[in-house]
Amino acid sequence: MEPKSILKVSQLNKSFPGVKALSQVQLELREGEIMALLGGNGAGKSTLIKCITGVYTSDGGSISLSGQSIRGLSAEEIILKGISTVHQEVNLIPTLSVAENIYLGRQPYRFGLIDWAKMNTNAEELLSSMKVFIDVTATLNDYSIAVQQMIAIARGVDMSAKVLILDEPTASLDNKEVEQLFTLMRELKSRGIGIVFVTHFLDQVYDVCDQITVLRNGQFVASSSVDELPQIELINLMLGKQISNKNSSGKSRHTTDSNSKPFLSASNIGRKGMINPCDVNIYSGQTLGLGGLLGSGRTELAKLLFGIVKPEQGTIQIEGEVKAFGSPHDAIQEGLAFCPEDRKVEGIIGELSVLENMVLALQAKQGWFRMIGPKEQKEIGKKFVRSLNIVTSDINKPVKELSGGNQQKVILARWLASGPSLLILDEPTRGIDVGAKSEILQIIDGLCKQGMALMVISSELDEIVEFSDRVSVLKDHNMIAELTGKDISTQKLMETIAHEGRD
Amino acid sequence: MLTISDRKEKTIVLKEIMQSRLFWPIFVLLLLLAFNLINDPSFFAIEIKQGRLFGSVIDILNRAAPIALLALGMTLVIATGGIDLSVGAVIAISGAVCAYLIQNEIVTSTPLIILAGIGVALIAGLWNGILVSILGIQPIIATLILMVAGRGIAQLITGGQILTFDHVGFEFIGGGTLFGIPFSIVLVVLTYGVTFLVLRKTALGLFIASIGANPTASYFAGIREPQIKILVYMFSGLCAGLAGMILTSDIQGADANNAGLWSELDAILAVVVGGTALTGGRYYIGPTLIGVLILQTMTTTILTNGLPVQFTHIVKAAVVILVMLIMSPQFRGELNRLRTNKTKEII
Ligand SMILES: Nc1ncnc2c1ncn2[C@@H]1O[C@H](COP(=O)(O)OP(=O)(O)OP(=O)(O)O)[C@@H](O)[C@H]1O
Ligand SMILES: [Mg+2]
Repeated sequence: MEPKSILKVSQLNKSFPGVKALSQVQLELREGEIMALLGGNGAGKSTLIKCITGVYTSDGGSISLSGQSIRGLSAEEIILKGISTVHQEVNLIPTLSVAENIYLGRQPYRFGLIDWAKMNTNAEELLSSMKVFIDVTATLNDYSIAVQQMIAIARGVDMSAKVLILDEPTASLDNKEVEQLFTLMRELKSRGIGIVFVTHFLDQVYDVCDQITVLRNGQFVASSSVDELPQIELINLMLGKQISNKNSSGKSRHTTDSNSKPFLSASNIGRKGMINPCDVNIYSGQTLGLGGLLGSGRTELAKLLFGIVKPEQGTIQIEGEVKAFGSPHDAIQEGLAFCPEDRKVEGIIGELSVLENMVLALQAKQGWFRMIGPKEQKEIGKKFVRSLNIVTSDINKPVKELSGGNQQKVILARWLASGPSLLILDEPTRGIDVGAKSEILQIIDGLCKQGMALMVISSELDEIVEFSDRVSVLKDHNMIAELTGKDISTQKLMETIAHEGRD
Repeated sequence: MLTISDRKEKTIVLKEIMQSRLFWPIFVLLLLLAFNLINDPSFFAIEIKQGRLFGSVIDILNRAAPIALLALGMTLVIATGGIDLSVGAVIAISGAVCAYLIQNEIVTSTPLIILAGIGVALIAGLWNGILVSILGIQPIIATLILMVAGRGIAQLITGGQILTFDHVGFEFIGGGTLFGIPFSIVLVVLTYGVTFLVLRKTALGLFIASIGANPTASYFAGIREPQIKILVYMFSGLCAGLAGMILTSDIQGADANNAGLWSELDAILAVVVGGTALTGGRYYIGPTLIGVLILQTMTTTILTNGLPVQFTHIVKAAVVILVMLIMSPQFRGELNRLRTNKTKEII
């Protein structure tokens, strides 16, 4: 027997000034089904989700839940109807506690007052069922973006009654968390809940999903069961073109001979609670990969090197000269660049235009007095819109109106435009589609060949393996190993992370 | 003949105009002016007496000058995500310093007096800037300190009395004319013009908006927030200093108790009416100026119509609420919803 359809969208339209984000889009989700919603950056996935959940009002078409029209209802009403959503950008309140965030708007009451004890124990139970063990009374912004994402998912899962929508929930998670999430999704599925799942990791689609719906340029392209749609064909549908499958073993790794001098050399650098003292050497024209699990101290190490947080001990040398960075500004002056992982808080400046966001770091490097001329700005904009394939109707519109993946590209452009000698990338391809990803990797590789030094942090082991000439592995805030040459493989990396340094 | 698409385009253009930043402030201003014109057909008449322009409009502009200056500095401070409550007190200080120097004949040269007035205002701004950006005190608290203490300082300088003086050179600032135009108006135009140019031709404007919109990301991008913030608070101080000298020179006396009293609130109102959000980020200098004119036109209208002064406050509040409602996206959204619901019912 065909399972019952619960969510049905047909002929949905949505326009923003100057952009037709959705036209005649359809989607059908059945009970106990996991539907992958796929498409390139700016295809309209998040917009479709926001139309379904009442965040945006669609311009025409129909949306029905269990046969009942829900189009035009407010976001609150739709939650009550049984659709819960985890949006692409974590949408929680940073200054509230973890438990408050999970139960916001539906706190347990006792004698007319909020039952704090119950709320906290419930939150703790919920999170530990997802194998997240944290202090639920701490404020949300004490935790990294990945943990925040897990908390948002916990909230969404806990509220889901009929339909759960997850917009790129796995973008900043690593394998362990992703597995955890999948276990959870399968359990919900067995309870008859329908799930819509957005991701750019196609392997994950084949892991957990039953159906696939593909969007391209705001239009419905295809819907099919997972078994009937092989990956190559899927990519074809998503991008409307074939991508050259760049062979990932193509990199010839540089070996550092003993008398070459590193561009940046940090010795014994550390800070309590962030990273224990360790040495880092990054050479021009080479890539240092940082491997490790979430919370192992990779981002923290990058922040120390870039002057965001002052190290408590150790020294940093740039081309042999000792430097003390009081702020990112100082680091930028020495040719450093750092593309952070949390794009909403640390990356984009939402109100400013796409172009302003792109030139910001270069402008800060030059100082406020010497403004980059309008002509030069335009050229920078044009260049990166083309080379990074940024989808935007207008380069002068607020960057917050771009799709998530395109915002990520804008931040990448900002740092590439600053002409760095050392580029530090923290999860650089977070939320970027398969088509753009290989192009971006190529651009960065090209810069590296021209002599730029690179440090890459990534939860995707493949990315680390493909990029790196050397890999430093971190675990529990310690640097536990360095891999070079033939040792750099996904296998070896996983083994090192899993075993070493455990006593 | 209009084709349907023509008409559609026209409504789109109309819609765009209505949604533009300047539309509602200008609309309200025009409404006020129209009211005045109906009330007094000679409202726009301008005469030249002894080489000086006279008329209601000139009077409004002239009286608006101090607040216009304050609001300019305030716009930039608010854009960085801050606020400057001390501008009223800075008016009192700079006025008191100038009057003190003149009355005691310590300094007689006009440029030096002006320099002294500007100097103390800049120091006041520097103080605010340091409290906010180096010591990390919340702007509302940091500037509240000088708001309270500043008036005390001014009273110390004047010895608690109204210091009056005669000084032809200094009186020019608030009372003189240039090509028939009151000098205070010229000063406002110049200050706005120079500020506009500096913001356009350097990256200061970009950095200010960036800090206000997302301080963390701005820091990561290498913008030196303390430097920019100190600069902005000093600029606000400078504007207040100029306003203080206009007021002092106009009445040829410094009244530490009342000079610029509550004027910080008028300045903030003007900024908000002009559409700059108190949360910081994008700012709008032109609309701020329109906001100032709305407030001043209203005050003048009430006074010339013989209503008691107390009325101004109530009416001011009402107009501000009105403008804010019209500009609030939520409110407009609700209105639209009501309207479409109605059309649905009709169908
Ligand atoms: N609030 C908005 N205002 C204007 N345009 C918008 C807005 N939100 C989205 N858009 C535009 O709609 C299009 C679709 O964006 P959407 O966020 O749905 O893409 P997406 O498929 O989620 O992409 P990604 O994979 O990058 O997250 C884009 O061209 C985007 O610029
Ligand atoms: Mg999206």
